[in-house]
Amino acid sequence: MTTDAKSVYVPLWRVRLSLFLKSVRSSWAMFAENPIGLIGLGVIVFFGLFALAHPVLMHTDKVTFGLVDPIWERRVYDPNMGFDMEISFHPSPPSARHLLGTDPQGRDILSQLMFSTRWEFVLGIVSAVITVVIATSVGAISAYYGGVIDMILMRLADLVIMVPFLPILIVLSGMIEVGIWELTLVIGIISGFGGTTIVIKSQALSVKVKPFIEAARIAGGGDAHIIFKHMVPNLLPISLLYMMFIVTGAIFSEAVLSYFGLTEIEMSWGIMINFTQTQGYLLRFDTWWLLIPASLAITIMCAAFYLVGRAMDEIVNPRLRRR
Amino acid sequence: MAENVLQVQDLTMHYVTRKGPVFAVDDVSFHVGRGESVGLVGESGCGKTSIAISLIRLLPENADIKKGQILINGTDVVPLSHNEMNAFRWRRISMVFQAAMNALNPVYTVEQQILEAMRQHLKGMSEAEMNKKVDDLFRLVDLDPRFKDQYPHQYSGGMRQRAVIAMALCCDPDIIIADEPTTALDVIVQDQILKRIREIQSQLNMAMIYISHDIAVIAEVSDRVGVMYAGNLVEMATTEAIFHRPIHPYTMGLMSAFPSIIGEKTKLVTLPGEPPDLLNPPPACRYHPRCPYATDICKEQAPEFKDHGDGHYAACWHPGGKG
Amino acid sequence: MAENDVLVRIENLSKLYPVGGGVFSRSNIFVHAVSKLNLSIANGESVGLVGESGCGKTTTGKLLTRLVDPTEGTIELHSYEGVVDIAKIRARDMKKFRRSVQMIFQDPYESMNPRLTIYDTVAEPLDVQGIGTLLEREERVAELLETVGLTPATSFMFRYPHELSGGQRQRVAIARALVVAPIFVVADEPTSMLDVSVRTGVMNLMQRLADELGVTYLYITHDLAVARYMCNRIAVMYLGKIVEIAETEELLHHPQHPYTQALLSAVPVPDPTFDRSPVVIKGGISKPINPAPQCRFYPRCPRADDFCRDNDHPPLEDKGGAHFVACYKV
Ligand SMILES: Nc1ncnc2c1ncn2[C@@H]1O[C@H](COP(=O)(O)OP(=O)(O)OP(=O)(O)O)[C@@H](O)[C@H]1O
Ligand SMILES: Nc1ncnc2c1ncn2[C@@H]1O[C@H](COP(=O)(O)OP(=O)(O)OP(=O)(O)O)[C@@H](O)[C@H]1O
Ligand SMILES: [Mg+2]
Ligand SMILES: [Mg+2]
Repeated sequence: MTTDAKSVYVPLWRVRLSLFLKSVRSSWAMFAENPIGLIGLGVIVFFGLFALAHPVLMHTDKVTFGLVDPIWERRVYDPNMGFDMEISFHPSPPSARHLLGTDPQGRDILSQLMFSTRWEFVLGIVSAVITVVIATSVGAISAYYGGVIDMILMRLADLVIMVPFLPILIVLSGMIEVGIWELTLVIGIISGFGGTTIVIKSQALSVKVKPFIEAARIAGGGDAHIIFKHMVPNLLPISLLYMMFIVTGAIFSEAVLSYFGLTEIEMSWGIMINFTQTQGYLLRFDTWWLLIPASLAITIMCAAFYLVGRAMDEIVNPRLRRR
Repeated sequence: MAENVLQVQDLTMHYVTRKGPVFAVDDVSFHVGRGESVGLVGESGCGKTSIAISLIRLLPENADIKKGQILINGTDVVPLSHNEMNAFRWRRISMVFQAAMNALNPVYTVEQQILEAMRQHLKGMSEAEMNKKVDDLFRLVDLDPRFKDQYPHQYSGGMRQRAVIAMALCCDPDIIIADEPTTALDVIVQDQILKRIREIQSQLNMAMIYISHDIAVIAEVSDRVGVMYAGNLVEMATTEAIFHRPIHPYTMGLMSAFPSIIGEKTKLVTLPGEPPDLLNPPPACRYHPRCPYATDICKEQAPEFKDHGDGHYAACWHPGGKG
Repeated sequence: MAENDVLVRIENLSKLYPVGGGVFSRSNIFVHAVSKLNLSIANGESVGLVGESGCGKTTTGKLLTRLVDPTEGTIELHSYEGVVDIAKIRARDMKKFRRSVQMIFQDPYESMNPRLTIYDTVAEPLDVQGIGTLLEREERVAELLETVGLTPATSFMFRYPHELSGGQRQRVAIARALVVAPIFVVADEPTSMLDVSVRTGVMNLMQRLADELGVTYLYITHDLAVARYMCNRIAVMYLGKIVEIAETEELLHHPQHPYTQALLSAVPVPDPTFDRSPVVIKGGISKPINPAPQCRFYPRCPRADDFCRDNDHPPLEDKGGAHFVACYKV
């Protein structure tokens, strides 16, 4: 204790902030012990910088008010519309002008890769957030109320698990234009009602029978208070963990769907592979730069989120925690 | 000292953890005579189970016997190899584990489990002899042999506890360690099991170490009692002496803090403070922060565990609260 | 006890739990966890409820706090504002009721949300009830933490439960139960998970608070020795029924029901020279599943005869000096 603690009045929010920072620090300390997680996080940070670099290299006057010239001329390097007229034959192999070469339509591969990364992040993270919000609420509500509500929600989950993802999207793409936002929403909602819900519900069931839930009722707390103040916070660690795995799943699904041409996304890693295929360059080793960068990016980014998830698993799951 | 079935000398055992060593057993010395029943009493986490599993050498991976001797029938078992110890375990020394009633394997009948234990340790005994022995063991612990081919879940808590005791007795050990065998049971069942344990012990002239946190139970079953505090054995004497003439301040406090249904209703004394964390125990005498008689020497030098007359051992600078 | 002294009057209280059954099917096999229980508790006294595991002590406590709904019966609570029947409180009156009756739980490790600080835990009742401003709540919490011996309060307020020892947590649980100034507290084995050296501290604290604040306790325990120190009267429960109730010392020295006698002689005594009388009954308690209309204790009773078997469970009768026993053979 420092000097007379009572005389120094510390406002509540300051205490809470410092408690929050303390818990962040201690979680970080645990996370940082695990090289797997650090590697994953490093890769994710790299991709983040990679994505951020794109608007810097190819910015418009709107950003810098014409004070600085873009490094990449939009006419040449635009991921969708660009065309390099100085090169006579496209696709062209990697060169100083195009570090990863160009595609059959004369567009810069590196630029496409960087531009897509941004959207992969948006897709992965937003859909994972949607999933986690839905799954945590549904899991907690289902476990808390039980009975008929539980039965309906769980049958819904069974249904979502039973009907595979791809057919739903094929049907959907026939009805509406599946752009990046639509896809994000669909992936988020579908995985929110599927397997994740069941995992979180089983966790919620074990939280529900804890005496502190009864203690909260004795305090006078209503259903909503108990669910959101007591159950959900205790489910958050496992929700966050599943969030990492959902990011992996979402990025991968997007790639598969785009490859089959089921989405209307302008540019993404999946679309890049899809172009390679539709233009007939898929199984040719002499034009490797069309295929390898995008596939590698998908693999590495998925793996990175997966590794972070694994490292978090060891923190969240006491059974796996080392002494 | 050839009389002694068990002689423990300066036993020190630590658990290695991320936060540093847990000083669970520190410089513990005592002996158990043939046919004698010794009670070990102490509060939760003071190292009772740690002593027991050191004696029988069933230690978790992170446990480390730092020093000391454990003589069983005159043989020091500390340096023995895994296989050599196996020959000792169950036949010379056996143990009823804490919460053992939940440790029976649910997929085998009780009989199968006892037979399996015998097959492993009593090589050369015929199956017929073993079957007869199981019946005898069942009768010994007051279980009807007709129940022997039932599964553990068909037993009540008390019956399961009896079965576990029967299992510990199956190889006629010279000494048996009973770690809180009745803690989870109701008083009436506890009473029956305590009586039976006592009868078996004198009938077979077997030595016993009975571990409990309940001094009333210890008073019933032991000839001599050792009192543990924070990894140390602080006092050891005949049961009568411990209960009527304790000399260690901790034992003295414990006696007046324990409610009883007989005798005058005196005010219960509150011991100040809390038991220490064994990761970070107080220096020198570990009881000094809570001790009403503590002086400077208690903070500087650990008292020796020595005889204060008539085999009344205590580790205290001010035995009985004096000088 | 005088009529105007009554704080809680339980009449014919029962709780039946169905065995088996599902969402659609109704089971007609029931565990009679609490069965036609009658009990009155006077203002300011503390009544001990003792019995073996599974006899319905916790269920009784949960009925009194309406954590579970009774199957039948009434629980009158005589508060300053008149008489309410706890069994029939409607959802919208629940919050208000929670101010008068509180509960302390057995397990100090599980009865606190690990993600809330001590301050949040203790202030929760004030928070959900909307009592006081933020600053007033903080003061009230600090005051109570000091009362239960967690001083200085500021050094405990913003710790998490796992940073406290078992005894300290149980003190927090007591502070939390008392923060809304209830008139009646159900304490379900509040000290059974604590070590001897800290247990007495918590027991003495609860007693001091009862004296100072005039709280009435229902003290649930399986330990008769603890009940002796905490309670004015002790009620012995067997399979959902109270079989004997009397002043504490009277019950301990002159037990009349054969079950109470057995229970008392089975309690180990911390004195090696004391010889307990032998326990005459055998075996453990079973579950009261659709019990036959006979004395609940009949199968284990050393005194029972055909009359006990053929008649319904005996009623609790005053055998003189407010010593109630439910037995045909007394
Ligand atoms: N495998 C382990 N690794 C690290 N610490 C341990 C381990 N096992 C026990 N401990 C610690 O060692 C100390 C002694 O534990 P032990 O189980 O011997 O206590 P005990 O006296 O048997 O307690 P109880 O009455 O609760 O059974 C405790 O502080 C405990 O937390
Ligand atoms: N939610 C429930 N559903 C079904 N049966 C229950 C439920 N809760 C309790 N029971 C049964 O009711 C009976 C009384 O249980 P209760 O928990 O009240 O006993 P207790 O006296 O508190 O025991 P303990 O000393 O072990 O805490 C038991 O037979 C128990 O199995
Ligand atoms: Mg132990
Ligand atoms: Mg209970």
